[in-house]
Amino acid sequence: MMRRAAGALVTRDLRLLWTRRGDAFQPALFALLMVMLFALALGGDAKALAPVASAVLWLAVLLAGLLSLDSMFRGDAEDGSLEQWMLAPVPLWWLVLVRTLVHWASTALPVILAVPMLGELLHLPRAQLPVLMVSLMLGTPILSLLGAVVAALTIGMRRAGVLVALLALPLYVPVLVFGAGAVAASAQGLDAVGALLLLGAGLVLALVLAPLAAAAALRIAHN
Amino acid sequence: MPEDIPEARPLLAVRGLAFRRDETPIFGPLDFKVDAGEALLVQGDNGAGKTTLLRVLAGLLGADHGAVDIHGHSAQADSRARHIAYLGHLAGLKADLGARHNLEYLCGLHGQRPGQTIDAALQIVGLAGFGDVPTRQLSAGQKKRLALARLWVSPAPLWLLDEPYANLDLDGITLVNRMVEAHLGTGGAALITTHGAYAAPPVRTRMLELGSPA
Repeated sequence: MMRRAAGALVTRDLRLLWTRRGDAFQPALFALLMVMLFALALGGDAKALAPVASAVLWLAVLLAGLLSLDSMFRGDAEDGSLEQWMLAPVPLWWLVLVRTLVHWASTALPVILAVPMLGELLHLPRAQLPVLMVSLMLGTPILSLLGAVVAALTIGMRRAGVLVALLALPLYVPVLVFGAGAVAASAQGLDAVGALLLLGAGLVLALVLAPLAAAAALRIAHN
Repeated sequence: MPEDIPEARPLLAVRGLAFRRDETPIFGPLDFKVDAGEALLVQGDNGAGKTTLLRVLAGLLGADHGAVDIHGHSAQADSRARHIAYLGHLAGLKADLGARHNLEYLCGLHGQRPGQTIDAALQIVGLAGFGDVPTRQLSAGQKKRLALARLWVSPAPLWLLDEPYANLDLDGITLVNRMVEAHLGTGGAALITTHGAYAAPPVRTRMLELGSPA
């Protein structure tokens, strides 16, 4: 029953995504623009760009994800879908988890896939790319899961806007520290495995706890 | 369906149910029961608490006092999910999706009555041929019909209908009554809120009058 409900939700979200397929590229475009602005501000000089490239890319992905956070549950709250989730014979946290992962796959994943190209713009040293990609693949789902909690907490407000960012950014700090830190460590020839393992542990923890917290927040906000 | 002693175990039994919001009593305490094959018309003016009552019964709101039993057992989240289909003011339809895709999604979420198909349900509510039209292009009445089609394929025996007649033309009102009649004929039950200005379904009906509690 849980798999059937998850399948129905994934199918619905993919169909919705297809009807608004232009929107799917917006986070990636935002990241591209941000990276270009950085490159312009630093003068496009390879010597100046290379040391900060990985940090800029991490920030670009993080901020691009922040933009789409408010849309995580808002549409479903406004048209009554959320009520139907609460009445469904599957736990609410399960639907929240599925929705969050689909949201990650449709907003963060396109940006991550664009990172190798964006890296070229910033003269990212090729050797850093694998560690950067691994840290992004482990770190961005945590950002989405933490973001789901914040989005759920603010669902009762008509327009949460900047508040979502203000609530989410402090929670993002550890992820950014270990994510960008892993790349920085490997750039200095240190072992990045420790930081990546911590990110992995954080991801497991977030996968277990964040859907429960977000589901509880949705129930409270919806009363 | 419990085969043992259906009379002794009403599908829904409510004892002393009361709800207050910020110390203001909204309704109750209420006592009523609904047997399989029966409809309960909940009447009352605007603000009398009809919608709140349905939301409490569905489990979207917690009651302050009283008990809700389903088939003689205290209602839990999973027994509610299996027995209750709730049609509120917001039907949970996605404006960008077509009628058929909306129904497929809601069926996946809530389950599907064996032997029912989505196309048959669309036919019954008069939306045959609208299966691929995005829901945003449907009229308010057609959206209501689509929401009714969702109930029709749902496996739940107890329908909670909040103002099902709103936005519907005369044909639509007859349609609701026909659907309720057919649903009750297969052992289902329904709670229907109205202002009282509409024709009631031609079935065994109880009445519940909600007034503003003094």
